[in-house]
Formats: sequence, structure tokens, C-alpha cells
Amino acid sequence: MATTTMSDFRIDPVSGLKIHKTANTLVKWNAFAAVVFLLVGGLFGVGVALTRMPSVQLLSPELFYMALTAHGLVNLAVWIIFFEMAVLYFLGAHVLGNRIAGPKWAWAQFWLMLVGAAMVAVAVLAPLWGGAPSSVMMTSYPPLQAQPHFYLGLILFAVGALIGCFVFLGTLVVAKREKTYNGSLPLVVFGGVTATVIAVYTIVSGALILIPTFLWSVGLIAHIDPMMYRVVWWGFGHSSQQINVVTHISIWYLIASLVFGAKPMSEKVSRGAFLLYILFLQLGSVHHLLSDPGLSSTWKIFNTSYMLYLAVLASMIHGLTVPGAIEVAQRRKGLDTGLFTWLRKAPWGNPIFSGMFLSLVGFGFIGGVTGVVMSVEQINMVIHNTMYLPGHFHGTLVVGTTMAFMAVTYWLIPVVFQRKIALAGMAKWQPYIFSLGAWVFSIALMGAGTLGVQRRHADITFAGQPLAYEYPEIAKGLMDLGEIFGVVMAVGAIMYILIVLASIFAGEKIPEGSAPWPKVEDADVVAERTGKHHVGMWGMEAPGTFILAMILFATIVLYYFINFKYLSTIWGLS
Amino acid sequence: MGTSYTPPTNPDWWREPIERTEIWWIVLAFAWCLFMFGWMVGWHFVGPQNMSNEAYKTTPEAFSKKVADMQAKYTVRKDEATGEDVVSPPPGSDVYLAAMQWQFRPILELQKGQKYRLHMSSLDVGHGFSLQPENINFQVYPGYEQVTSITPNKTGVFSIACGEYCGGVDAMGHHTMLGRIYVKE
Repeated sequence: MATTTMSDFRIDPVSGLKIHKTANTLVKWNAFAAVVFLLVGGLFGVGVALTRMPSVQLLSPELFYMALTAHGLVNLAVWIIFFEMAVLYFLGAHVLGNRIAGPKWAWAQFWLMLVGAAMVAVAVLAPLWGGAPSSVMMTSYPPLQAQPHFYLGLILFAVGALIGCFVFLGTLVVAKREKTYNGSLPLVVFGGVTATVIAVYTIVSGALILIPTFLWSVGLIAHIDPMMYRVVWWGFGHSSQQINVVTHISIWYLIASLVFGAKPMSEKVSRGAFLLYILFLQLGSVHHLLSDPGLSSTWKIFNTSYMLYLAVLASMIHGLTVPGAIEVAQRRKGLDTGLFTWLRKAPWGNPIFSGMFLSLVGFGFIGGVTGVVMSVEQINMVIHNTMYLPGHFHGTLVVGTTMAFMAVTYWLIPVVFQRKIALAGMAKWQPYIFSLGAWVFSIALMGAGTLGVQRRHADITFAGQPLAYEYPEIAKGLMDLGEIFGVVMAVGAIMYILIVLASIFAGEKIPEGSAPWPKVEDADVVAERTGKHHVGMWGMEAPGTFILAMILFATIVLYYFINFKYLSTIWGLS
Repeated sequence: MGTSYTPPTNPDWWREPIERTEIWWIVLAFAWCLFMFGWMVGWHFVGPQNMSNEAYKTTPEAFSKKVADMQAKYTVRKDEATGEDVVSPPPGSDVYLAAMQWQFRPILELQKGQKYRLHMSSLDVGHGFSLQPENINFQVYPGYEQVTSITPNKTGVFSIACGEYCGGVDAMGHHTMLGRIYVKE
């Protein structure tokens, strides 16, 4: 293994991090690829949105199903996983002041993922040039069959991501051996390890099912059992979304420290919550199988509840400890009056903070509350595969993960690309516009789903069918409303992409040794200086956060029983 | 002292006491988790809407035959809109519904307040049974026959939309797939 010298590193004046130049290049390329794919996937998303507005119906069904397949794969997998690779390398190398292990392997990760994504793109977009379609949606349930290179591309992409996971783990080994840090791993790196453990499980599940499906598509295997496929595939499809949750929660903790000089309220609690994720989060893949035949209720209930809801508990803990850490830091810095002064006086014009906080609140109230309720075995019967589903997972993946990734980008560009954020005025507004679009979009779609509108339909009016059915007018209205805000969300995404491209290609260069903004003081250091040791009220250090948590709690309880009330009015089923 | 991106300043962080805000929240959240688990189990005993656990392996041929036998026995009239058979099996009996690209057949007529054993399977790819406007949703697969006891509690015309993407082109496809159930007094 090559030895490294000091000239392989630079000290970043913004963060004080010791940055390995090769690792930095890899972070740059993965993040850049991610943003390009966000643009591609987002454009297909706009096509989907404009088709699902009953009053517009832009695309023909054939093109709609193609666009929906492309949108799902690119935005759910390609954008997110490329960005996660950038985050993992950043956590392993930059945060630990360490070199990246096996840079050649890391480049193999990048190119395999890129080639895999390109193969899938060629397969999915083939109808555009008259080729055979692979419009099987991202779930690609047999017996629907795509072209062989669709599956092969996914496999290459997954193998690339798996290599990336092992590069990250190898990088941690190097850091430990070369003693680039002392004691336990920093919390955010521990979060990265959690994400990686889940990622390995996820990718192995994907390989287990996609390899036989590929062999089936080329005729070497006669039959893929559709139930078996679903059980194993969701070990990949659902768990991949859990990687996102863990990654964006790590980013929340990171931003709380970067913007406020906050430290975790309790290392033990936050790490314990990550450990609960490692142990229980993957059981959630059964959420997709709750209305399937041949699986017993005992098995479904054990798994859908993540064994006594222990992974839900973990999310509820993070939901409190992240804003709690911010509150404690703000109070220590002198904003120790009232319940919400700390929050009111937070830097709402700083997109790093506003994006992170919108991600936190939106993920909790929209993605989180609905996720807990819809995964009840019985409630699932009245929402399964309706528009509620896309509503919910945009509430997690867009409102939560994507918003958090965007927020941290505004901090990463100065550190990784050594450029100031261009179009800073636009950046100030971007999180608000994107979140406004995503929040209303999610809520409206969930409303339409509750009224029965089915997902993945090119035309929700069933036009020309002898057995006509019309959804209630209000459901169609909600679809129109939701998709208009889908376009607002796309505008927010395009603003982000413009800011990123303008910053990295034309942003003002940050000269070696100077920082684009003043260094944030550690809240504890400030408290030490001013002698402020006890903060908060009612014997709580973070009473405001506790009130916010109670509002979340009341929302879950209320929403849970509203849904059971609704369930109790339908046909008897047993 | 300390941040989330530096190692814990106290190497013995595992022994640090937990602050009250967190303790209260953890206790409350965990109590709610246990309640939700108990409620989901309990609804199986007291709730009138639950997933059935009854399912069998089948084949499209075997299932089609069951549908045809039922249709031959219990057809009561022709549907006005389509001219197809409307099948009205007696209360308590086994009712067979086939999903196929791109329809659910046969058209059924049931009685309010009566229980039926509804058998569902697919003759080709995966589909989803979505009863509208009740909004009751199940997965339907080829090779698997799911049996659910259903008790309609309202009269009227109910439609079955497809809840799982099942392919198709412009004029016919997943988005045009429908079936129908009439419920009378």
C-alpha cells in the first residue's frame, strides 16, 4: 500500500479538516454525477406530474410508463446512491483526517455505477428510438419482463455501490491503524457505518434476486416465482430507502454541529438509536408485502412493527435529539429565554440550516407519521398501492433525504470544491420553494390515495371503459393541486442544480488559507467563557424541543385513530 | 466541548447520564410503540377488518376452470353496460374472481350483510384488487389463490381498479383495467 505524505493533503480553512486530495476528487465526481442524475430524473418526474394532472395529461400511456420507470430508478436509486457514496468517502476520509483506502477500487465503484446506470437508461429509454420497452417500473415484478441489459445494468450499479461500501470500511480501518483520531468514532461516522451495514444487506438482497431474474430474462431460468421475487426484492427496495434515512439523519447531526457548534445531547442515546436501526430497520421491507397472499399475519406483524416498533423508536429519538442539540447550543450561547427564542433566532436565511430544519420537520410530520400509520397490517388494506404510497415516499425521500442532501451541499461546495456559493440570493430561497412544493405534493397525493386513486395509472379517468368508474371530484382536484406543487418542487430542484453548477464552474475561488465565513464557535466554549452552565426550564435542557416533540406525538396518536375509524367503516374482511 | 463530527470528548461516554428531556421522550415514545404493537395484534381478535391468512398454490388453468364452473352455475342476468354475464353466487359460498390483462372477471352480484369466501388469483402477471369507492386493496398473483371472507355492508355499484402496474399500451393497459361488483339488499 502506498504511503502518503503531507503534500497529499490540504488543511481546509472553512472546517479545519485535513483533506486527502484523492478522496476529495472522488467526493467531487460522485457528488457531481449525483446532481446530473437529479436533473435527469427530475425532468422525467415533471413529465409524470404533468400527465397525472387529470386536466393536462401530457404524455401518452406508453411514454408515461417509460417516464415513470425512469423517474423512479434515477431519483430513487441513482441520484441518492451517488450522493451517498460522496457522503461515505467524506465521512471516512475528510471527517477523520484520513486518506481513502484503495482509491483504484473507489474509481471502480464510480465507473461501474456509471456504466450500470447508462445500461439501464438505454434499456428504459429504448421506446424513444423505437426499441423494445423495459417499462416495468423500478420494482420490475415478474412475470413482467424487461430487456436483459436492464437487469444487468442494475447489477453492475449495485456491485459498484457494494465496492464503495467496502472502500469506506477499509478507510475506517486505515484511520484506526494510522491513528488519525482518538477514542470512539465521531457520531456522524458511526451513522455512516450504520448506513453501510444496511447498504451491504440491501445490495446482497438485490444481487440475490436480480441475478436469477437476469438469467430468466435471457432464457437460462424458466420461471421466477412472483411472490419469492417480491419477498427478496423488497429486502433491496425497502432497505435501500433505509440507507437514505440513516444518511440524512447523520447529515442533520453534522449540520447541527457545523451551524451552531452543537454537540449531541447524549452520545449514548444517539448511538443507541443508530444501533436499533442496524438491528431492526430491515424488517420494514415487509411493509410492501402486507396485502400479499401466502404470508401469515404473525410473520407480517412481527416484521412490519420492526419487532415492537424499535426502529420507529430510534427515529423518534433522532427527531428529538437533533433539534434538542441545537436548542441546548443556542441556549448556551445566550438565547436562554422563553421556549422558542433559540428557534426564532436561528439563521433562517442560511440554506444549510433552513434546508436541514425543513428536512427534519417535514420528514417527521409528513413521511414519519404516515409511515408509522400505513405500515399497520390492517390500515395497509385501505391505502396499499394507492396514490398514498407515492405521497408518503416523497414525504420521506424528497422532503427528508433530498432536502437534507441539498442543504449539506451548500456547506460541501466551499469545502470540497473550494468555491463560494454562486447565486447566493437564490440559494437563500431554494429550500423554502423546494420544500413548499414537496410538502404540498406529498400531502395532496396522500389525500387522493385515501380517496382511492391508484398509483402508476397513466389516466385516472378510465376513459372509454364500458365498466366506467369515476373517482370523487375532490380526488381529481387533489391530483391537480398536488401535481401543480410537484412542478413547484421541480422548480426548487432546478434552482438547486443551477446553484451547484454555477458555483462549481463559475463560483468565486476561495484562496488557499482563507475562509468564506467566520468559524462557528463551539457552544460549550462560549458557555465556559460566559459561565452559563445551566440552561433550559422545567429541569429540562431542551424544553422547546420537548414541546415540538409532543406536537409530533399528538399528531401520530390522532392520525393513527382517525385511520382506524376509517378502517372500521368498510366491508367486513377476515 | 465536542461536536458530532469529532470523537466524543469523554472517552467514557457510555456512562454519561442522560438528560431529562431525552429520558421523558424515550419513555413516552417506547410506551406508544408497545401500544401500537398491542393494538395491531388486538385488532385481529376484536376488529372486523383483518387480512386473511388463507392462501393456496394454483395455476391459471385450474383457477380459470373454477371461475367458469361458478359462472355456469350462478349467472343470473346480462350486464346492461357490457352485455356480459352477471354472476350471483349464494351467500356463504365460494366466489372466484380472476385478474387478467386488463380486466377483472366475472362481474359479481352479492347481497348486503352476507359473508362470501372470495378467491382471487391472476391468470397472467401481478395485479392489484382495489375495490372502489371502499378503497380495499390486495395483491393478486399468478400461481397463488388468496381466500378472503368479505361481508359487504353497503349496497350499490362497486368498481375494481387495478392496483399493481401490469403493463399495457395506449388504448388498453393497467390504467383501463376494471371489474365490477353489484351489492343489493
